[in-house]
Amino acid sequence: MAEKMISKIPDGPLAEKWTKRKSEIHLVSPNNKRKLEIIVVGTGLGGASAAASLGELGYNVKIFCISDTPRRAHSIAAQGGINAAKNYQNDNDSVYRLFYDTIKGGDYRAREANVYRLAEVSASIIDQCVAQGIPFAREYGGYLANRSFGGVQVSRTFYARGQTGQQLLLGAYASLNKEIAAGTVTSYPRHEMLDLVIINGEAKGIIARNLVTGELERFGAHAVVIATGGYGNTYFLSTNAMNSNGSAAVQCYKKGAFFANPCFAQIHPTCIPVHGDQQCKLTLMSESLRNDGRIWVPKKMEDVEKLRKHEIKPSQIAEEDRDYYLERRYPAFGNLVPRDVASRAAKERCDAGFGVNETGLAVFLDFKDAIKRLGHQKVAERYGNLFDMYEKITASSPWEEPMMIYPAIHYTMGGIWVDYDLQTTIPGLYAIGEANFSDHGGNRLGASALMQGLADGYFILPVTIGDYLSHKFAEPKTDISAPEFDAAEKAVQQRIDSLFAIKGTKTVDSIHKELGHIMWEYVGMARNEEGLKTAIAKIEELQKDFNENVCVPGSQYEFNQELEKALRLQDFFEIGKLMAFDALNRKESCGGHFRIESQTEEGEAKRDDKHFMYVAAWEYKGEGKEPELHKEPLNYEFIEVKTRNYKD
Amino acid sequence: MEFNLKIWRQKNAKAKGHFETYHISGIEEDASFLEMLDILNEQLIREGSDPVAVDRGCQSSGPVSFDHDCREGICGACSLYIDGRAHGPDDHVTTCQLFMRHFKDGATITVEPWRSAAFPVIKDLVVDRRAFDKILQAGGFISVRTGSAQDANNILIPHDKAEESMDAAACVGCGACVATCKNGSAMLFVAARVSSLALLPQGRPEAKRRARAMVAKMDELGFGNCTNTRACEMECPKGISVAHIARLNREFLNAKFSE
Repeated sequence: MAEKMISKIPDGPLAEKWTKRKSEIHLVSPNNKRKLEIIVVGTGLGGASAAASLGELGYNVKIFCISDTPRRAHSIAAQGGINAAKNYQNDNDSVYRLFYDTIKGGDYRAREANVYRLAEVSASIIDQCVAQGIPFAREYGGYLANRSFGGVQVSRTFYARGQTGQQLLLGAYASLNKEIAAGTVTSYPRHEMLDLVIINGEAKGIIARNLVTGELERFGAHAVVIATGGYGNTYFLSTNAMNSNGSAAVQCYKKGAFFANPCFAQIHPTCIPVHGDQQCKLTLMSESLRNDGRIWVPKKMEDVEKLRKHEIKPSQIAEEDRDYYLERRYPAFGNLVPRDVASRAAKERCDAGFGVNETGLAVFLDFKDAIKRLGHQKVAERYGNLFDMYEKITASSPWEEPMMIYPAIHYTMGGIWVDYDLQTTIPGLYAIGEANFSDHGGNRLGASALMQGLADGYFILPVTIGDYLSHKFAEPKTDISAPEFDAAEKAVQQRIDSLFAIKGTKTVDSIHKELGHIMWEYVGMARNEEGLKTAIAKIEELQKDFNENVCVPGSQYEFNQELEKALRLQDFFEIGKLMAFDALNRKESCGGHFRIESQTEEGEAKRDDKHFMYVAAWEYKGEGKEPELHKEPLNYEFIEVKTRNYKD
Repeated sequence: MEFNLKIWRQKNAKAKGHFETYHISGIEEDASFLEMLDILNEQLIREGSDPVAVDRGCQSSGPVSFDHDCREGICGACSLYIDGRAHGPDDHVTTCQLFMRHFKDGATITVEPWRSAAFPVIKDLVVDRRAFDKILQAGGFISVRTGSAQDANNILIPHDKAEESMDAAACVGCGACVATCKNGSAMLFVAARVSSLALLPQGRPEAKRRARAMVAKMDELGFGNCTNTRACEMECPKGISVAHIARLNREFLNAKFSE
């Protein structure tokens, strides 16, 4: 393990580690907090909750977002819910069980200590959110309602219709607004971070572009927090918002922060299938639908052919001619297997020729039995807005015919490497939420992204960052006229100038689409050595094409969305290659990462714990050079490592 | 499908705007309105980078800027005034969930930014909605510090109350209500927040202060008054009811009487 890469996991029993760490952390007195400045980049669940909580503590916070207001962050689109070990259902849930499910769901590639802490603080998140006025679903007695999600056998998911992410984000955003009004947080909307500034080895500020005026601006602080989400848009078509990007993470990586497990990307099984080549975005249908919906394809090829020719409707296919393949293959969990398992099973049926639409890339999600069992009203209460949304998009009603769904890129478990304190390999630089790698291993369970973002932002970072800042309060404010700021700004300026100088004829989107095709084809749901090598070569070729032929119209000093996209695409090339590189190194199948060379006779993923039970952290070595691999071994002290089994 | 697009172009906040007309063809029925604009932009960038097209007199002002993000109707970023209606001809959708099958093949479609004094144009179809943030900063929150909350089930909320609060909380902050109101009033936006919190016991301690402060801020920022035309409810992509405006009025009067 590299010298810089010390995980700082406290000793002692699992359940006491977080308490122990908290008691060791140095405190910063209120009058000293006032002297300290923190930059938070990103205003999703992680960024907004962290900035609000740090502001409450008395730090001076500057928060940045690329949208017109913090409330647009992509956390807003999360539908299904948030997990918490409350055991309100008396179904024998506990902190341990949430921890265990998360570790197992992640296919034994996450840190025990981090995941236990996540489960431990999960209950406080719900308390906090209710106090903020988030209208979670209630039972008739006024108590909080729960539902179930993939990969678990208890009901621990709290929800606000199909808009849980929206409501949680509006709660965090409200707390942020409270602190903005109080003057502890200053908000910089329509600002995009374009570089990290390091002075004497420590993170001290950022260079950001004001997206309205186009000016480059300098911001200094005592610490920098990256909360910019994941890099799923490397694939062009994904469920991520159009502006979601991995650029801040790449800037940190290029400045020395290690990037961990980049190949762990989650492919979500229930998305609306691609409708044509004019599409730029895929829409997710919440996993909560799998609570009551049943997934199937026809058993007989002749039915498939008739469906494709629109000669029959799916509802006309007899019960005995339907293959409920998840229930068939995984009787214990049925339709609620984890996402990676459900996605691969859909691919398997479609590869075998049973895809139910013209493209052959779709399966059914059917509510016929749920409507019969629960009645129209109950189903409408649970999923009404999702049904409406599906009908708006596809012009087909889930009340009458089953939904059509297919897997799509949704979330990235990999991210910036952080220690137990959420600090990266660069002192003073922290990464939280989806932007870090720490809690989900090879696969994230449903309703756990919201939990992690808020756990990091409300309860973990505000404590751990104090340990670093307790040594910094005597330091003066960062001088933004320092030569390090000059150099960083100059480099960004050169990058922008060189983009305008290309004057080619290809649009940024058309090249991004090509990158997406390469990624989906070779670094998608099934990967092999040859394909991954091809991917790296093809991405490099495409990057060359971009450098010679891209057209960035307009100028720097105006609102220029093409320039924004061009800068982000440069970074997606970097991530795409890094993902392929990591996938090439990881010669095992694990969670969302499926290596064709490593599977059982039944086609299930085959892990190789002997050789790959580690976090792969990559160090940037310079333009055109291969990154260097550092391994953080994963030690399972408290649970027995098993083969994931959702069959019995 | 093909269309003639009459689009508002404006270089920046200070420049004078004008309409430009473009022809676009080969659009799939299932394409969304914003995907159609993406395709138009591809076309405009290609024409702009093609010296032959420029010599031919191609006078495009480059790609059209418009706000968008999630493309699934929840982030509230998209904000177009299409053929005289906020978010276009379909009911209860944001522009990203508007599909071209709702238009007649060959139609001329007029696209404008939100028009409101409180939302100045930044460029083309992009407007500055920071006024909404300022209203919420004035009081659209419950003052709870991280870590000080009691157990969630200690606060009982009747099912129907929670549902009604959720109806109001569904607001995406897009600004269609302001853009469509002849007075440029932000009442539905303010009411959604005030009402959502006023319905819950957690929101009661600050209810009076909240209603007063948010209404005062709305007035200060140049939004107009509400004259009960209910146009906002018609155009709200989330179908938020004007009944919440009635609740805001009650809360506000209550606050005023107790001053």
